Amino acid sequence: MDPYRRRFLQAGLAGAAALAIAGGIAWFRRRIDSAATAPALVAEARDVVRAIVPSMLAGALPQGAERAAAIDETVGGVERAMAGLPPTARAELAQLFALLTLGAGRRAFAGVTPAWNDATRPDVDAFLASWQSSSWSLKRTAYDALHQLVLAAWYANPRSWPAIGYPGPPVLSA
Amino acid sequence: MTATPIADPIRAGLASGWDVVDASTLDADLIVEADVAIVGSGAGGGVTAETLALAGYKVVVLEEGPLRSSSDFRMREAEAYPELYQESAARKTRDKAINILQGRCVGGGTTVNWTSSFRTPASTLSYWQRTLGIEGLDEPSLAPWFAKMEDRLGIAPWTIAPNANNAALARGAAKLGIESAAIRRNVRGCWNLGYCGMGCPTNAKQSMLVTTLPAALGHGAKLVTRVRAEKLVLAGDRVDRLVARALDATGTTPIARTVTVHARSYVVAAGAIGSPALLLRSGVPDPHALVGKRTFLHPAVVSAARMDERIEGYAGAPQTIYSDHWLEVPFDGPAGFKLEAPPIHPALAATTLTGHGEPHARWMRALPTMHVLIALIRDGFHQDSQGGTVALRDDGTPVLDYPLTPYLFDAMRRAFLAMADLQFAAGARTVMPVHGRGDDFTTGEAARRAIGEFAIAPLATPIVSAHVMGGCPLGSDPKRAVVDMSGRHHHLANLHVIDGSLFPTSIGANPQLSIYAVAAKLSDALATSLGRKARAA
Repeated sequence: MDPYRRRFLQAGLAGAAALAIAGGIAWFRRRIDSAATAPALVAEARDVVRAIVPSMLAGALPQGAERAAAIDETVGGVERAMAGLPPTARAELAQLFALLTLGAGRRAFAGVTPAWNDATRPDVDAFLASWQSSSWSLKRTAYDALHQLVLAAWYANPRSWPAIGYPGPPVLSA
Repeated sequence: MTATPIADPIRAGLASGWDVVDASTLDADLIVEADVAIVGSGAGGGVTAETLALAGYKVVVLEEGPLRSSSDFRMREAEAYPELYQESAARKTRDKAINILQGRCVGGGTTVNWTSSFRTPASTLSYWQRTLGIEGLDEPSLAPWFAKMEDRLGIAPWTIAPNANNAALARGAAKLGIESAAIRRNVRGCWNLGYCGMGCPTNAKQSMLVTTLPAALGHGAKLVTRVRAEKLVLAGDRVDRLVARALDATGTTPIARTVTVHARSYVVAAGAIGSPALLLRSGVPDPHALVGKRTFLHPAVVSAARMDERIEGYAGAPQTIYSDHWLEVPFDGPAGFKLEAPPIHPALAATTLTGHGEPHARWMRALPTMHVLIALIRDGFHQDSQGGTVALRDDGTPVLDYPLTPYLFDAMRRAFLAMADLQFAAGARTVMPVHGRGDDFTTGEAARRAIGEFAIAPLATPIVSAHVMGGCPLGSDPKRAVVDMSGRHHHLANLHVIDGSLFPTSIGANPQLSIYAVAAKLSDALATSLGRKARAA
């Protein structure tokens, strides 16, 4: 196994919930590997992203009728981005989401007590803030990955452009 | 629907019968015979393909990425990054502290770069000669090759007024009393749109995609896309064949089909991560453990500012003004850095700015008035700057381990200070050195005080790179160089390396023209050594 991945796993395994989670990761990865059309996210991981998006994009998401579509499209954009990553990067993200989707991992590593579907904005804000400033590089790199995936998915979406004054690419005509 | 009025030379060439195979569609293994096999279609591979094809050799070019052209280039980040860049433009160093922008498409980095064209700085060539003992890459030896490639690729002064992002760099520099200058660009008939990084939609950029590769294909070269060179199979002191694996349509995952190339000569031009990786996978003799070492990045830090006037950094040619005021320093002291003004598109800006939530959103809402500078640190010229090391993961894909050192952190701190000073001098209302949580400052004094106390460190400070160099250095001494001065491998008679991995240090400027010139010189010599003289392009 690649030394980085080994460290990633060892870092995870050093945590309090390690033994309870280890079997879960194997189960989760089997699910990912066995998915015939290889969706980037299984349903549980999609719930994590869906919970993170409103915090990551606070102040950026539209209010009202557009909001739900904006969140859906951002989750979809994250999935498409993950599908375009090389297998090693996909495997690392799968491990991250495996940790976050299992109850023990969510509580021990993310500090989020309720299920992601029930997590409040303050729960998720606190999770993101703690990983953003963590002294543990595992959490920092995981925060950076979520940051990059979510922000790229939203700001590459034309729906985000009016609020930031970006006119979109020029229309070519000759 | 109206048809695009812009002629697409790639689609026209394909219609005219170019020999191009998309390996993701292969239904059987492919075996190719050629005089010369070239791995990679970027600055090194593109120039080499043209030289050898025009000299009459049967050339095959293998490219990991897809063949895309102006009709496909819709100037959308959502499409361009996954299609045209390594790892969806999110390639990272091993510790994930540096994000590397690297092309992965036909034309390689030249299809997506920002067109900045500099001759190799005289100070760099002099360092190679005097300090590293490299003969034959001095200014007089390279001058005709620079001139040839400048002519070939339309490299000339850019006479259109810079966009506001670059104009502010010039204005701030003038206020500070330091020099800035215009960047030459490889364009012909540029529309000044500003989307060079997503593939030029008008074919104005004279990338390999629209220049050397069409010339080679027109002379009978074969191009195989979506294929990853896995291994050079060796026999004695020669390469016997090249084995490559087809990738799926996403370009990320190998499929069962192989492409095997039998050639007289093999040219590795897969870029400064891909080329060392291929040599490592192949077990090429490396008695002094040089392959993949001393890989350089021009690690760059970023400073954002809000101006009163509209900047619209998403529009107009990117990177048309630079300042080398902080680059022109002695090599044996603190590292120098080059200032440039990049394009500012929403996803690129959003992922580069730190933090999230309302503070991040507030900066994004200021996109039209956002000014951005980058400082590219010149790495590899000092004992405390040894660059990184390319290694292989379990699955054979490369990863770059680039240790960040106090020497570089010092340069980053000085770069943040310089950029903040320059942006305030240019009229910035607020400056945000891209670091930590993204604190911003409304006075130069406050910014300087904060920057002085920044805990600059991996992951705390976003670091980016768009220039990967080194890892297969050239030189006449086999103890210090992987290839000789002709680019030929020191231990394998029919293997050459011709790309940015040849450089023994970073360039100290955007590297494309350095690669073009060296590739022109070395490929010309290769054509001669194979028995036929290269014809003029």
